[in-house]
Amino acid sequence: MAAVESSTKVVLGGTRGGPEVATLRQDRWWVQPVVTVSILTAFVIYSTWAAFQNRYYFVGAIFHRNLISPLYSPCIAGVCLPGSKAGFALNWWHLSPALLILIFPLGFRLTCYYYRRSYYRAFWWSPPACAVSDAHPSYSGETRFPLIMQNLHRYFFYAGLVFNVLLTVDAVEAFREPGLGWGASVGTIVLCVNAVLLWMYSISCHACRHLCGGHVKSFKAHPWRYRFWKFVTPLNAKHMNFAWASLVFVAFTDVYVRLVASGAITDYKLF
Amino acid sequence: MADVTMRIWRGDASGGDFENYTISQNEGEVVLDVIHRIQATEAPDLACRWNCKAGKCGSCSAEINGKPRLMCMTRMDDLPEGPVTVTPMKTFPIIRDLVTDVSFNYAMAEKIPALMPPPMPEGGYRMFQQDVERGQEFRKCIECFMCQDVCHVIRDHEDNKQHYAGPRFFIRLAELEMHPLDTNDRREYIKEEMGLGYCNITKCCSEVCPEHIHITDNAIIPLKERLVDADYDPVAWLGRKIRRRTKRSATDAAVQPAP
Repeated sequence: MAAVESSTKVVLGGTRGGPEVATLRQDRWWVQPVVTVSILTAFVIYSTWAAFQNRYYFVGAIFHRNLISPLYSPCIAGVCLPGSKAGFALNWWHLSPALLILIFPLGFRLTCYYYRRSYYRAFWWSPPACAVSDAHPSYSGETRFPLIMQNLHRYFFYAGLVFNVLLTVDAVEAFREPGLGWGASVGTIVLCVNAVLLWMYSISCHACRHLCGGHVKSFKAHPWRYRFWKFVTPLNAKHMNFAWASLVFVAFTDVYVRLVASGAITDYKLF
Repeated sequence: MADVTMRIWRGDASGGDFENYTISQNEGEVVLDVIHRIQATEAPDLACRWNCKAGKCGSCSAEINGKPRLMCMTRMDDLPEGPVTVTPMKTFPIIRDLVTDVSFNYAMAEKIPALMPPPMPEGGYRMFQQDVERGQEFRKCIECFMCQDVCHVIRDHEDNKQHYAGPRFFIRLAELEMHPLDTNDRREYIKEEMGLGYCNITKCCSEVCPEHIHITDNAIIPLKERLVDADYDPVAWLGRKIRRRTKRSATDAAVQPAP
């Protein structure tokens, strides 16, 4: 047995060919970063504003609807609107309940492999696009604090699953119409689609794929894991689509609930 | 067809500049055809590396209009109107004109601990189809090194070449780590010696791969998740303690079986 030794030595600092310019690309490589910055910035501004509003996040008995915004669910603060409270409440918390819970979905998306690709490119310019120069003179990647914390993605994934269960319960509860019985409205459909998209985003996650079966050496020895992995793999290929769709729909759901709760629009009953 | 102007980088380690060649092009030609005609007519000393002209040998990698591409697989009529810029791969030292010294990759290849199968059982080793398929994708690599070229970790930061293997070798490591007959545990080695943590998964390697290997999704991210198992997951740590398993150190993982 012998330790691996390379007989070919890495020579650093040789003269490189080509001109000293950031890029020779002629296509519109900047479009993708601009779109990413626009959508993510819009979402961050809107969700921050919505989180601090602390009102119009729940449509209750007044409008005979049981709709709650995903940004405020589960509502576990003492100041939650009547009817919106989860099973338990932190009565000492008097700020917006959204501030208590948003850290988990935010952490899940912030450490997501797809979003990392997007914001490293769009916000940090490391690099802004392929074959376009990195904007920073030195680079240590995800080897040091704080970026080494990206390895916590798996835990945010677990937390995300808990939130998905709670938002699914919210979607089922949305079929309850206080004072009228059971039924469905446009708002019910919105909450259901939101829950489905969040499930798809979570299930298609790379950490989920790894935990389902990606970590094994032999699929033959783990047939059930292989089946899970085979199920998740095609979804994983669509992870980018689910990431954007679920992000936009969370904001849309909050807007819809907010408009209904404030009386700006009517939530039409379907049946 | 109309003439085309080719802006080709000419030079060596002592310096260089673009030279323009205005030349006719024919229908269906690829960039390598035009380069060959320039060699035949105007610049017989133009250096370029090529071999199969079928996108399978990985020799003619260059940067066409700023993007890493195989010259033999880039059709002239797919390129936008105007001069076509051809430069050598930026990440590697230039030898001459479009030819670069890619020995960095051979040095990294030599550092990868080889497959470590268990002793041969009676009847020989057996591989099952689902396990074969998993690694098959990685075997498509033609070693054009365009993924290495486009990776900003070494493209823009020369000093990282000392401790970063690059995407081409992450797919090799992934293939070994996912091999059902492999008994080595390279996770510490991948972290400490191969520099997986430097990759920030911007997916440029997958974008330029001429074999359409999902380098990031199927190799790099699974390797990163395996490192999470090894270093950042207390549940996995507890499981190892209960089952009295230890992960192999980088030094132990680097030990090669005798040939």
